[in-house]
Amino acid sequence: MSINRKELEEIAALAQLNIPEKQVSHITESLNQVMDMIELINDANTSEVKPMSHPNDAWQLVRQDEVTDTSHKTELLALAAHADEDHYLVPKVIE
Amino acid sequence: MINLSIRTMAEMLKNQEISVQELCAVYSDRTKAFNHSTHAMITINPELNAAEILQAQSLIGQDEQLLAGIPLVHKDLFCTQGVKTTCGSKMLADFIPPYNATVVQKLSDKGMVSIGKANMDEFAMGSSNEHSAFGAVSNPWDLSRVPGGSSGGSAAAVAARMVPVATGTDTGGSIRQPAAFCGITGIKPSYGRVSRYGMVAFASSLDQGGVMAPSADDCGLVLSAMTGHDPLDSTSAQQPRLNWEKPSSPEHKGLKVGVVNAWIDELQDEGIKQKTLDAIAHLKANGAEVVDIKLPHAELAISAYYILAPAECSSNLSRFDGVRFGHQTKAVDDLESLYRQSRSEGFGEEVQKRIIIGAWALSSGYYDAYYLKAQKVRRLISEDFKQAFAEVDVIACPVSPEVAFKQGEKSDGVSMYQADKFTIPASLAGLPCLSMPIGFTQGLPVGLQLIGNYFDEQSILQLADQYQQQTNYHLQLPEAFA
Amino acid sequence: MSQNIISSDWEMVIGLEIHVRLNTKSKLFSGMKASYGASPNSQVSFLDAGLPGTLPVINYKAIEYALRFGLSVDAEIPTVTIFARKNYFYPDLPKGYQISQMDDPIVGKGKIVIKTDEGEKTVDITRAHLEEDAGKSIHDKYDQYSAIDLNRAGTPLIEVVSEPQMSSAKEAVAYMRAIYTRVTHLGICDGNLQEGSFRCDANVSIRPKGQTELGTRAEIKNLNSFRFIEKAINHEAKRQVKILESGGRIVQETRLYDADKDQTRSMRSKENANDYRYFPDPDQLPIQITEAMIDAQRAHLPEFPEAKIKRYVETLGLKVDDAEIIANDLSLSKFFERSMEQSKAAADLNAKFLLGEFNALLNVHGKAIADSQISADDYAGLLDELHAATVSRKVAKQILDDMWESGDQAKAIIEQQGLGQISDSSALTVLIDELIANHPEQVASYRGGNEKMFNFFVGQIMKQTKGQANPVQTKQLLEDKLNNE
Repeated sequence: MSINRKELEEIAALAQLNIPEKQVSHITESLNQVMDMIELINDANTSEVKPMSHPNDAWQLVRQDEVTDTSHKTELLALAAHADEDHYLVPKVIE
Repeated sequence: MINLSIRTMAEMLKNQEISVQELCAVYSDRTKAFNHSTHAMITINPELNAAEILQAQSLIGQDEQLLAGIPLVHKDLFCTQGVKTTCGSKMLADFIPPYNATVVQKLSDKGMVSIGKANMDEFAMGSSNEHSAFGAVSNPWDLSRVPGGSSGGSAAAVAARMVPVATGTDTGGSIRQPAAFCGITGIKPSYGRVSRYGMVAFASSLDQGGVMAPSADDCGLVLSAMTGHDPLDSTSAQQPRLNWEKPSSPEHKGLKVGVVNAWIDELQDEGIKQKTLDAIAHLKANGAEVVDIKLPHAELAISAYYILAPAECSSNLSRFDGVRFGHQTKAVDDLESLYRQSRSEGFGEEVQKRIIIGAWALSSGYYDAYYLKAQKVRRLISEDFKQAFAEVDVIACPVSPEVAFKQGEKSDGVSMYQADKFTIPASLAGLPCLSMPIGFTQGLPVGLQLIGNYFDEQSILQLADQYQQQTNYHLQLPEAFA
Repeated sequence: MSQNIISSDWEMVIGLEIHVRLNTKSKLFSGMKASYGASPNSQVSFLDAGLPGTLPVINYKAIEYALRFGLSVDAEIPTVTIFARKNYFYPDLPKGYQISQMDDPIVGKGKIVIKTDEGEKTVDITRAHLEEDAGKSIHDKYDQYSAIDLNRAGTPLIEVVSEPQMSSAKEAVAYMRAIYTRVTHLGICDGNLQEGSFRCDANVSIRPKGQTELGTRAEIKNLNSFRFIEKAINHEAKRQVKILESGGRIVQETRLYDADKDQTRSMRSKENANDYRYFPDPDQLPIQITEAMIDAQRAHLPEFPEAKIKRYVETLGLKVDDAEIIANDLSLSKFFERSMEQSKAAADLNAKFLLGEFNALLNVHGKAIADSQISADDYAGLLDELHAATVSRKVAKQILDDMWESGDQAKAIIEQQGLGQISDSSALTVLIDELIANHPEQVASYRGGNEKMFNFFVGQIMKQTKGQANPVQTKQLLEDKLNNE
């Protein structure tokens, strides 16, 4: 399994990253080396095996429906690069 | 004043041989002085935090409060309220979190005093601390070499005794490997032992916060304070706090120690191989019954890990888009360029590579063959360990096939990844594991990994402590920092 | 009817995805308030803003509400349910992924009965799952910027997915109404359409009549009005037919309905071309659903309109039409039942007065029963006066108006204004005797066969008593007198 330039562009778009033109072949090569390493996983016989998503063999604990938090408006907007006193601002989106 | 255990410092504070202020100043001064050569720190607090000093003073001398007044640094992956938290990345170069990580809060409540934030591989991705946006960290044992990673700054800071203890995080070996490279002790607890709240996520099902210090005893004391169920973290295990008990005797008669002989056989570095065998012989001499164990699926661990960890990280890092916090590009034409430029400017190459691998592994058409398959392999590896622990109490094995390598030596990512072969299996299984110093080869530290059964941090820390009762590798300091 | 929208060569296939906002106090994964209309970005926790290191913890009430919904549509309930991440970038999605559900939704296959022109129809529900809502983008505050408010980010939704089994816009509306009634009666959703508590996406496709294979569908997003959804679907169906008849192909895409222009248009957002890379959320563990949990929710199931209608008709003796109107309106049925408890009046009388005079009063003031100035208890008081024949229905209406304006109770108003009906036969007899004596021509006319003249006498008595003569008594006495002497 290897990744070609077109796939790299598609994935980069999904991940919202720019791969500069001069980096493309180096990144592709690098990624393909990793993919060769990853390919080894195909050697495994996992036909009867259940996937393991967590080491904990436990059920989710739940929270009661209570309001435990208060407004953080000023703090939060202060963290943003671009905000007015009420909203985060981004370049205009047309839907 | 340096190279003292936490217990000794606690005693001195209690007896008022030294004040909290004085003790912390010693370390703070050392940190400032040695940061030039090691680059172990990203942020050094200009002054000691008065509130923390007060808290420490209120606890000194009380029962069970051995941590009061002890200075530490936090790996810059832990959110510290009001103090810059960068994760080693340009993306968060000026990010000041409005809240504390649970780990930070717990240790602060115990009176520990934070000196600053330790350098690290960006977003915990790396094994050499060469992938930091704030400069590579140097190994105090040889400043031309890497300290390991991703908790390289934490390891170097402790090795140079800039601080007596540092927090770290371990996803695939990021505490154990730098501990081994820097000649100190470092422990990754069982998955779920330590809350991940406020610990910036890399790979959510693998990340664990842990501690690095010269000795296992130091680690045990601090780790105990870090543990406990946290209702803010859904993956936090419902286990009581670890209650570290230092063994009074170095003997461990009848303790069954599993050894993966296949791993030792394949070690190419003769120095590491010899030290490893010596350490195992030592354990045997003190009563351990050494048992050969097999982990048949361990050779798939690296492949599985480099699917699972990047997959989870590709999603975890989506929140860094320049809009609500963190770096935003100046080149804003439209929304998409805002996202793409901010992220490409903010993330280093290694992080971008892993995001791409992860997004690819999760993409339609590949999800079953890679992500799901990797989770199945994860279960196989976990089962291997379960079987091993049916026969043994702890497992002893190498940490790394190499000692600290020269900076710039490893340009090729894959060889860096493959060196994680001994640490990744226990990460996938979520088992507690530590690295302790067992000697030197070519003047560089070598570590031994101890892996325990699920939630059995006690056994591996005790075995390490017993080893350290009879050896002094953990007390060695590089000459330049003595 | 649907045959009139598009030609009978084609048939419509419609599936609906309905987003129901749960009326929990706090959000799905954070302890932040979840109410509508707060000042922008004042109900945003660190988790809701996607700050690094924050983690989700599930709100148990959302699980309860989802189970309750599942039970109410006879759905399969799994023993394990798992949250998953849906990954995409958008300014109103702070984490860069939405926590939703993939393979293990909390509610499996279910069904609901809808009323169509052709009778009842069962619509299958594919699944329903929990997910968090996104924030809001405001595009008209600035020219160059969109403004983002994250208050709504993280509020709990149930997404209900139907099988593509509706074949007309009317059926789609009927289904939407059925789900709406269900979730409001369950008490899990406040049903406020203007505030976006109940939103619908419609998947519309066209195929040649008789074909079993589905055509390419277009998704019309975010419809939150019953009227609009019918128009939007019909418009979309016509659009698709036009394309297909001219030899074109339907593009699978997301479209928005413009109510002003009555047309759908393509959304230009990147969401269209996305691979969401769903995978189980590693920040959470699987959720166990036990029999005990399910039983606890079963105990919370209210009586649904169908059962209510049956009870009203069979036990209370209401007419079917009246029963349907009352039973399908949650506030109205509550009001009706409360007033029944507090009054001796017959159910039928209550229903007629409620749907007649009371409803007219509400309309005059532009209010719904939930905002009535007259409480159910006070209304019951008025009913009792009617039941005891203290007042006639006509007078009762006036008293009702008075009660609304003054806030006084019926009894007090009757006393103050001396409105009690005159039912004393001796008093009435005196008046009637006098009337008959004074109008010999009209008496002769009536006795001569002019039956309509009877109303003259009734009217006169009413006039003299200012409407307070008991009409039944009056008529009885008049009949006796006029017919028997």
